[in-house]
Amino acid sequence: MRFKRGVAVTAIALTSVLSVVGCAKDSASSNNSSGGQNGAAGCQTVDKPPAASGQASTSEVATDVDASSLKVGLAFDIGGRGDASFNDSAAAGLDEAIAQLGVKKENTKELTATDQESEDSKQTRLRQLAREGHNPVISVGFAYSEATKVIAGEFPNTQFAVVDGFVEGAPENVTFLGFAEHEGSFLVGVIAALESESCTIGFVGGVNVPLIQKFQAGFEQGVKAVAPDATVNSRYITEAGDLTGFTDAPKGQVTAKGLIDQGADVVYHAAGASGKGVFAAAHEAGIKAIGVDSDQYNQPTVAEYKDVIISSMLKRVDVAVFDYIAAVAAGDLANLPQVFDLKVNGIGYSTSGDMLSDETVDWVEAYKQQIINGEITVSDTPTTS
Amino acid sequence: MTAKLRSTLLAPTLAIAFSALLCALALLASGANPADALGVMIGHVGKGQVAVDIVNSTAIYMLAALAAAIGFQMNLLNIGIEGQYRIGALVAAIVGSALVLPPVLHWLVILVVASLAGALWALLPAILKVTRGVHEVLSTIMMNAIAFGLAAYLIRRDMFGILVGNNVSTEPIPDSGRVPGIDLGDRGTVFGLVFLAVVVAAVYGIVMKRTRFGFELKASGESPTAAAAGGVNAKKMVVVSLLVSGAVAGLVGMPEILGRDHAYTLNFAAGYGFAGIGIALLGRNHPVGIAFGSLLWAFLEKSKVALDNVGVPREIATIMQGSIVLSVVVAYEIVKRMDLAAEQRRVGRALGTAKPAEQVGGDGK
Repeated sequence: MRFKRGVAVTAIALTSVLSVVGCAKDSASSNNSSGGQNGAAGCQTVDKPPAASGQASTSEVATDVDASSLKVGLAFDIGGRGDASFNDSAAAGLDEAIAQLGVKKENTKELTATDQESEDSKQTRLRQLAREGHNPVISVGFAYSEATKVIAGEFPNTQFAVVDGFVEGAPENVTFLGFAEHEGSFLVGVIAALESESCTIGFVGGVNVPLIQKFQAGFEQGVKAVAPDATVNSRYITEAGDLTGFTDAPKGQVTAKGLIDQGADVVYHAAGASGKGVFAAAHEAGIKAIGVDSDQYNQPTVAEYKDVIISSMLKRVDVAVFDYIAAVAAGDLANLPQVFDLKVNGIGYSTSGDMLSDETVDWVEAYKQQIINGEITVSDTPTTS
Repeated sequence: MTAKLRSTLLAPTLAIAFSALLCALALLASGANPADALGVMIGHVGKGQVAVDIVNSTAIYMLAALAAAIGFQMNLLNIGIEGQYRIGALVAAIVGSALVLPPVLHWLVILVVASLAGALWALLPAILKVTRGVHEVLSTIMMNAIAFGLAAYLIRRDMFGILVGNNVSTEPIPDSGRVPGIDLGDRGTVFGLVFLAVVVAAVYGIVMKRTRFGFELKASGESPTAAAAGGVNAKKMVVVSLLVSGAVAGLVGMPEILGRDHAYTLNFAAGYGFAGIGIALLGRNHPVGIAFGSLLWAFLEKSKVALDNVGVPREIATIMQGSIVLSVVVAYEIVKRMDLAAEQRRVGRALGTAKPAEQVGGDGK
């Protein structure tokens, strides 16, 4: 423990020396450094990538369809509507469908999972929705994969979708709405590297599961792409099997505080409702934070900390849910993207609050284009787990 | 006998009535109609596979509650059931997927492995208790934390986990290791291991009532000094009862894993261990009481989905579960004192020397 801390301190000391040296050299040669607005410390960055060229191909699903006859059932993961993150994003997609596609609010139903429930409760929830005539039935969270496979077999004429889900051998009436979270995390990693002054960056994961490791992997790769010498410290609130890591703001605050004490001055979280604690810790320490899933700068639940939220990695569950409902209404599921990634705007980053300089945005846009063009492949598993 | 029966039934009835009243008040306060909510909860049982789900969950809760009851008989609070069943399930899933054996033998081996793993997880608290006097509540709670960490480690992709979409699972257990259930078609499938819970409950009842071991266990629980004077080895009883409790706890995850999931995944349900402690209290450590307690618990648990479906806060069911356990403890105490007072009056009348009944103190001393 002692030895480890010694190593960490040495590493931090070394990196800060390096970055100071780098900055000195940097400012002497060119001014491609972080955001351009501060001449203080910062990471030594690679050369700025060429400006973005070409456009993201937005494979828009037709929005002029009439979905007024649809009864839409939505089954949330724990947290439900109001978690300021993942579930809320799905809810926003449904709200959008109500506003634009003519889905009638009284024809929608939202149910929420309980903490520690068993598999049969998930099945019962989906069965209820399907039996009451809801079609499509959309479930939010990979935990529903197996239950959806079972219930879709019982209701072959109902369409089912699972956000984040996947399971082998699912029937044809199941659609899995998957995301390339690692690509968006790469972009906010670029932002973090440019915005950091201590060149030490933190990542807070909710629960140590493969899904959240995708966020960590992309983020670390993004930071390193811009600043190869930067230090990224990643911590998880709870280990696999203990889902409280997604709902426990105080634990999120303690975890973030630990990273800040290690020198982090930009912290990115992928921790659902625990993220509120991460923002609180960032607010207290006066450092910057990056939100996740929804555009958290504009979220009422974390409004008191909005001044620290410089950007959010957008996982457009709302887009996926909306597109899926539109596709069901049009009877054309084949045109839905296989994966919601940067290319189809299923993933992105936010600039709300105008806290990013144009310079930073230029960098991010350039990397974004490189990922879309396939010049950069973002890994979805962390190199150090 | 009827008086005894009445007093055993009176306490849980009072407790359930009291907590139902409490929930009704909570419902009224939140603006819902209690009668409607109750109707939905009961109507839910007849729908889909809910009745079968309740039976399946009852078996799982019974195993957890029996594990707790074995400790309670000796005044040992095994809080570690939660960790013991998780470790039992995970180890059994890993071993079960690696073995190639003929059907019945295969799942028997898996059950034995689960039991052994659960017992092993209770061994350290038992040793600490008899050698160093460490209270089992502390040590088993800590073992729970370690169990969660160990389980998270063992299911990593570089250990025994495989990635299925965004989920991590152990290798699936082959067909020979799966326990067939009773297929009721649209009504669902009753887990074959429901009968395991019945067998464990029966064995528990017989051992407690009819064997020397059961007598020694209860004697050590009621008065350790008297039991020691009677020649009972207290340390041995502590170790044995904690190990047996852990072994039964190890089985808690088996009905689901061998009957439905066929693997340990990230979705493995948590919380059965703590529910089991409450149910053992509710059932007063009696096998029949535990069976009914488990049934009630399972009913309330499943009704959460139905309540959510009609827009009633499903936390009502959780409030009811909690208030039943609390009020049952209080109710037993009240009934005990009432019985004592009644007994005193009766003896007093028989001897003809008692003061009038109403002057005998209500506290029964």
